[in-house]
Amino acid sequence: MTDKIIELKNVIKTYDGTNVVDGISLYIRKGEFVTLLGPSGCGKTTTLRMIAGFEKPDGGEILLNGKSITDIPPYLRPINTVFQRYALFPHLNVYDNIAYGLKLKRVVNVYEDKKGRRIEKRERLSKKVIDEKVSKALKMVDLEEFEKRDVNTLSGGQQQRIAIARAIVNEPQILLLDEPLGALDLKMRQDMQLELKAMHKKLGITFIYVTHDQEEALTMSDTIVVMNDGIIQQVGTPKDIYNEPKNAFVADFIGESNIFNGTIVGDRKVRFVGHTFDMVDDFELHEKVDVVVRPEDVFLVNKGLGQVDGTIISSIFKGVHYEMTFQVGKTEILIQDTVERTVGEEVSVIIKPEDIHIMHKGYTMNVYDGVITKDNKVSFAEGEFACDVTKLYPGSRLNEEGYLVTADGQELDLTDTHVRVEVPLDKIEIIDNEEDGDSVGQIISIIYKGDHYQVIIRTFEEEEDFVVDTEYLWNENDKVSVKIKPEDINLKLKVKQNG
Amino acid sequence: MVGKIFRSCYLWLILIFLYAPVVLLVVYSFNASNEIGSWSNEWNFSLYAMLFTDEKILDCIKTTLLLALSASAISTLLGTIGAIGMFYSKPRVFKILNTVTQVPIVNAEIVTAISLALVCSILLFPRTYASLLIAHVVLTFPFVVTSVLPKLKQMDPNLYEAGLDLGASPLKALFTIVVPEIMPGIASGFMLAVTLSLDDYIITNFTKPSTIDTISTYAYNAYAKNSANTSIPALRALSAIIFAVIIISVVVANVNADRRAKQRGNN
Repeated sequence: MTDKIIELKNVIKTYDGTNVVDGISLYIRKGEFVTLLGPSGCGKTTTLRMIAGFEKPDGGEILLNGKSITDIPPYLRPINTVFQRYALFPHLNVYDNIAYGLKLKRVVNVYEDKKGRRIEKRERLSKKVIDEKVSKALKMVDLEEFEKRDVNTLSGGQQQRIAIARAIVNEPQILLLDEPLGALDLKMRQDMQLELKAMHKKLGITFIYVTHDQEEALTMSDTIVVMNDGIIQQVGTPKDIYNEPKNAFVADFIGESNIFNGTIVGDRKVRFVGHTFDMVDDFELHEKVDVVVRPEDVFLVNKGLGQVDGTIISSIFKGVHYEMTFQVGKTEILIQDTVERTVGEEVSVIIKPEDIHIMHKGYTMNVYDGVITKDNKVSFAEGEFACDVTKLYPGSRLNEEGYLVTADGQELDLTDTHVRVEVPLDKIEIIDNEEDGDSVGQIISIIYKGDHYQVIIRTFEEEEDFVVDTEYLWNENDKVSVKIKPEDINLKLKVKQNG
Repeated sequence: MVGKIFRSCYLWLILIFLYAPVVLLVVYSFNASNEIGSWSNEWNFSLYAMLFTDEKILDCIKTTLLLALSASAISTLLGTIGAIGMFYSKPRVFKILNTVTQVPIVNAEIVTAISLALVCSILLFPRTYASLLIAHVVLTFPFVVTSVLPKLKQMDPNLYEAGLDLGASPLKALFTIVVPEIMPGIASGFMLAVTLSLDDYIITNFTKPSTIDTISTYAYNAYAKNSANTSIPALRALSAIIFAVIIISVVVANVNADRRAKQRGNN
C-alpha cells in the first residue's frame, strides 16, 4: 500500500536488559490521527521517541514512505515533536522560538542567469517568508500578536500553543505529540482536545499522539493503538476498541468494565458469577474465557426478577448516573444506572446477550487479584501462599519486625495491600492429598497439548482457576490441592486506573 | 533588653574586626609614610600617583590582569567543553570524571604548586609566561566545571532534543540552545576563575619565571625582602583601589539581583 506514511517492523528497544518495546509492528496511514495509548511504562513514549529519532531501535526497522529511516538522525527527518513539558527555548522570545526551525531551513531555488542557464541555489528563507509563516502559525494557535513576548511570561496553555506552532510551522509530514495536554487543567485540556482535532483536519498532516488518558484517545483519534508491557494489545477505531476489546487488559484500560472468569457451557451459553447467561458469540464448549460487561450494560431490577440476585454494597452519585457496586457471592459487579438503589438493598441484575463480550483467555499466565496478609503471605484463590514480597519494590528488603524497607529507606506495612499475582502455568504443583497444598479445588478440564497436559483446577467457593501444565495425567473431577514455590509467585502492585 | 544590646554589640564587634584593618589601610593609602605603623604629616594622593608612575608596579598590574583574563578565558572554554562532555557521557564515566575534577578543588594549593613545579622541572620545561599561564588554567579549570555542571543538570533535557527535532545539527543545537541556556554558569565560572587567578600567590610563585611578577608575588616578595616594617608604599594605594572595585561590584551585583527578583515577582 502506498498510503502508509510510517511503518514499524518488529521494533525492539532494550534498557538495562529489559525490552521496553518488545517487537512491535505497526503502520500508520497518511493523514491519520493515531493515538498510542497505555499505562505509564508501557513503551508508548519510547516508540514515539524512536519515530522522532531520539532513540535508536535495538532491533527492527522504521520506514517513512517506504524508505528506512532507522539510521537517519532526528534533524534530517521531516517529523516534528510537541514535547510533554513544551521544551520552549527560554532564552528566545515567541517569534524566535517559532522561527528556529525556519531559520535553519534551506530551500532550493532555481534561477536563470544571463545566458539562460538554470542555476540551482540552496538558500535560506527570506525574513519576509519567515515572518509570514510565523504569524500564520500563531494565528493557527490563536495567539496572534504574541511575537515579541517572552516565553517565560506565558501561561501553561499559551506555552503549549507556542510549542504546537513551533512544530507545525515547519510543515512536517508527521507531527508527534507526547502527552501534550498532561500539564493542563481539565477544562483547558478538553478545549485543547477539540482544537487539536480541528487543527489536524485543517492541516491534513499525520498526527501521532501519545497519552495514558483513554478519554482523550477516544475523543480525538481515528485509530487507537493500545500498548502494554512493550507490546501492542489492540489496534482499532475508538468504537472497535471500546465495544470489542480484544483482551482483558484492553477492556480494563478503556472505560470501566467488569471482567469475569467464565466457561462456555453450551451452545452460545456462558457461565459466570454463578449463572448461565445466553450470549451471541460462538465459542468452543468448555473453553475458559474472559467475560467483559460494561457497567452501563448491567440492568438492575427488583429481587427475584433478574438473572442473578445480590446486594448493593456501595452507591456513589456521579452527576449523570449513580455508580453502584453489586455483590453476588464473593464477586462484585460495577453498575452505572440513573436510578439510585440504597446500600443494603437486595436486587437482581439482567445482562442482555449482546452486551456480553467474550474473549479468549490467553493461557500464558495465571493471573489473580491477591491481598498481602499480615505475615507477608499472599492470599488469592482461596489459599494463602508464601511469597517474596520484596518483589513489589525493587531493591527493598524485610526487617526483623516483618516490615518492608524500600530502597530509599521507607518502612512499609504491606498488610492488606492489593496485588496482582502472576504464576506461570508450569510452576504449579498438583498434589493428591488435600491437606498438603495451599489451596484446594476440583479438576474441571484436562486437555492434551502434544507433550503435556493442561489441567484446570477450580476452587469451590470463588471458582478461581489454576491452569497447570503438567506431564502427569490426572482424572477429571478429582479433588486436589496445589502448591507454588515462593520464588515462582510474581507480585505487582495494583495501580488503580481511573477510568 | 540586655540580650538585645549584647546581640548588637556582638555583631558590631565582628564587623569591626572584619573591616577595621581594611579601613585603616584605605586611610593609610592617603598618607605618604614610608613605614607601616608610623604616620607622616603628608596627607595626599602621592601614593596613587606613584602607582601610575612606578614602571615596576604598572608592569605587575598589567601582567596580573592579562594573566587572569587569558587564563580564565582558556579555562572557561576548556571547562565548559569538559562539563558538556561529562554531562552527556555515561553515568559511570561521569562519576569518575566528576571525582577527578573535584579533587583539585579540595586539594591543598601547596600540593598543586609543588606538583606543577615538579612537572616543569622533570619535563625540563623552562619557567616562562607559558608555564605560569598553564598553571593558572590548571588552578581555575575545576571551578569552571563545577559552576557549569549544575546549569546543565537544571536544563530541561528536551530542549536539546527540540533543537534537533527542529532541524539543527548536534553542533548547531549545542551552540544555539545548550550554550545560551548554561550561559549564567559559564559567566560565573569565568568570574570565579578571574578572582582565583588575580590573588593567587602560591602556585604563581612556584611556576613563574624570575622576571615576571604579579601583584601578589611582588607585594609579598617586597615585604619579605625588606625589613619587617617597610614595604612598597604604593601597594597601599593599589590595595585600596582593589578593595573599592570589589565593594562596587558586589553592591552592583546585589542591586541587580534585587531588581531582577522584583521583576520576576511582578510578572
